[in-house]
Amino acid sequence: MMRFAVAVLTVVLTVAGFADAGEKQIRRVAVPVVKIEKGEACVAPTVEMRRDHMNMLLHQRDRTLRQGIRESRFSLKNCVDCHASRETGSVLGKDGFCSSCHAYASVSLDCFECHTPLRQARAASVPR
Amino acid sequence: MARVHYREIAGASGGFYALLGALGALILAGLGAAWYMEHHGHYVTGMSNRIVWGTPHVFAVFLIVAASGVLNVASIASVFGRDLYQPLARLSGLLAVTLLAGGLAVLVLDLGRPDRIIVAMTHYNFKSIFAWNIFLYTGFFAVVALYLWTLFERRMDGYSKRAGLLAFLWRLVLTTGTGSIFGFLVAREPYNSALLAPLFIVMSFSFGLAVFVLVLMAACRGSGRALGDVVLDRLRNLLGVFVAAVLYFVVVYHLTNLYIARQHEVERFILLDGGIYTALFWAGQVLVGGIIPLVLLFAPGASRSRGALCAAAACVIAGGLAQVYVLIIGGQAYPQLMFPEKEVASSFFDGVVAAYAPSLPEVALGVGGTALALALTAVALKVLPFLPQSLADGDVDSAAA
Amino acid sequence: MSPDRRQFLGWGAAAAAGTVFAPVIKLIELAQARSPQEAASALQRWGLLIDITKCTDCDVCVTACHDENGVTGHGRPGTDAQWIRKVSLRDKRTGYAQTLPLMCQHCEHPPCVDVCPTGASFKRDDGIVLVDKHTCIGCRYCVLACPYGARSFIHETVSGQKSDVPRGKGTVESCTLCVHRVDRGETPACVEACNRDGGKAMVFGDLNDPSAEIHRRLRSEPSTQVRADLALNTGVRYQGL
Repeated sequence: MMRFAVAVLTVVLTVAGFADAGEKQIRRVAVPVVKIEKGEACVAPTVEMRRDHMNMLLHQRDRTLRQGIRESRFSLKNCVDCHASRETGSVLGKDGFCSSCHAYASVSLDCFECHTPLRQARAASVPR
Repeated sequence: MARVHYREIAGASGGFYALLGALGALILAGLGAAWYMEHHGHYVTGMSNRIVWGTPHVFAVFLIVAASGVLNVASIASVFGRDLYQPLARLSGLLAVTLLAGGLAVLVLDLGRPDRIIVAMTHYNFKSIFAWNIFLYTGFFAVVALYLWTLFERRMDGYSKRAGLLAFLWRLVLTTGTGSIFGFLVAREPYNSALLAPLFIVMSFSFGLAVFVLVLMAACRGSGRALGDVVLDRLRNLLGVFVAAVLYFVVVYHLTNLYIARQHEVERFILLDGGIYTALFWAGQVLVGGIIPLVLLFAPGASRSRGALCAAAACVIAGGLAQVYVLIIGGQAYPQLMFPEKEVASSFFDGVVAAYAPSLPEVALGVGGTALALALTAVALKVLPFLPQSLADGDVDSAAA
Repeated sequence: MSPDRRQFLGWGAAAAAGTVFAPVIKLIELAQARSPQEAASALQRWGLLIDITKCTDCDVCVTACHDENGVTGHGRPGTDAQWIRKVSLRDKRTGYAQTLPLMCQHCEHPPCVDVCPTGASFKRDDGIVLVDKHTCIGCRYCVLACPYGARSFIHETVSGQKSDVPRGKGTVESCTLCVHRVDRGETPACVEACNRDGGKAMVFGDLNDPSAEIHRRLRSEPSTQVRADLALNTGVRYQGL
């Protein structure tokens, strides 16, 4: 019984491993396309942004909305202005900066139900 | 005292599956309607910026009020010690839970952002009676479940009185809270009243018992259980008393309003020239929901007839829905009086009675919630021993006080 | 290098002085307008004074507001959002007619804030009543509770929002007193449009600031609140009602 279980487990893991090992041709979900088109650096190091951007957003949004503290560097408007795609002008859609990773990670993106995902027509600010 | 034997509904007849199938279809329609409303936005419904709570809320409030009231039967047994009602206590507790589940399902699915229900359960503004209600509703599930457990588990029998008392008090607070949702609205003439909370309490007695009577009769008929006249007579009299109590509160409410000059306009609206709302008030709430049931329940000839009891209960439910409709929708349709002694007009429909017609998605959602409550009840009756094996006169008498 | 006793006493004195004088400095700072990086303060209370005798059939305030905030209609007057509207009044006995703009009154004791189950409807420290769309579940209880019918529920998907004014389906919204402009030191769009193109009926300012025009006028001229009987102490006051 035990040997049978080990054999099944080995087969399953091997198949899974192969399925995962290949790059784009085996995956069924598109790997995120992250195009940085503007600026030298984000408002925080990339590693920190990847890990903590949600916490930063959650914290900052309350500071802005409830307390009225508006720091333009950390505003969502500023993020969108910098990260919006050159072609579409949006952070959503095909290869959109936000939607690309969120679709891959299967994490629903609620912000743009209300906030506009489009870069504003005026000259966008550079992160200071 | 003879021990009551409870049994789940045995066997699975074609009729039972047909019932579940029909209810399932209604539930699916309700879910489809909820998705449709959420996906496109509420403009696809009949609700507007003047009438923000529509037909789904009518159903939801009715179900929630009935849910708290249906527990009455169990309370009479456990809290007030009337042993005759003891065999009915389990069904009473079950209906309390399932009706509340149906009502809450409608309420949550109608939210503008139903995906934010977790937010609603983690962010509370304790000055809001609505927030308190969220606690009271979820707590009610727990309290009634606890009470049912004391009824089912023989070893917990000694605690059933205390659990029953807790459930009874909890549902009084809950119904007061539900009535206060409307009673606490400072700026709406039809609502702003301390009378709404006790009105809702007696409404819950009346609607809850009507639902209980119908479900009991249907369940016994469907499962071939004996249902004697002793039980039904008690329920008949009780229902009549509750219907009369609701009429009393309605009379007091309107008489008081008629005495206050400032309230004359709104009384005229409800009682005289409110169109559909006036019709629903007199024909629905007063006649079908009040006078006809009283005749059916207490008239000398009709009072022995099961058909009359059934019809009376159905009328109470129909009248109850009309009452909630007039309260919720009529109350919103009536314009807010911001400028006394002035005729008011604007692009936002100030100063005029707002138009509203129930739309199909709203009705489907409300009916779906009702079907959910009934389906949960049917499944529970099949799976667990909620119903006594017999409620025939002989079996019940020996248990009666 | 570790501080000596004299240095330490110096720091202590400076700290003590700072604690004593900080509130005064804050007051002086506020008189010079709050910078965006500072929190809103309860020392300020924003308000509007509207003299409706100067209000005619014009509705530039409505157009300006809806332009500024991206509030578009969909040809469905029953469900389209309105942040501000012109209300026509006609006395039942005398027939005297007036119009006035009506928007969120930014009450000191807002019923909408009291009834919101999640606390999404809230009053900022400087008196502006807002909806936190992050927490709003769209229950519409606040729409029922508002004595002025100021709140709108968004009945359809929204696109093309202004970047300063997020709006989304399924949440509730109302006049924000153009909080994004106020925080920049500007006046609300309705006031600016009225003073530029309309009857010059509207004044915006800090009700708590003795040097502000609105404060001086409220002090020296009669004014009323709509539904003063509710004792909500609104931030919007009317003259000529």
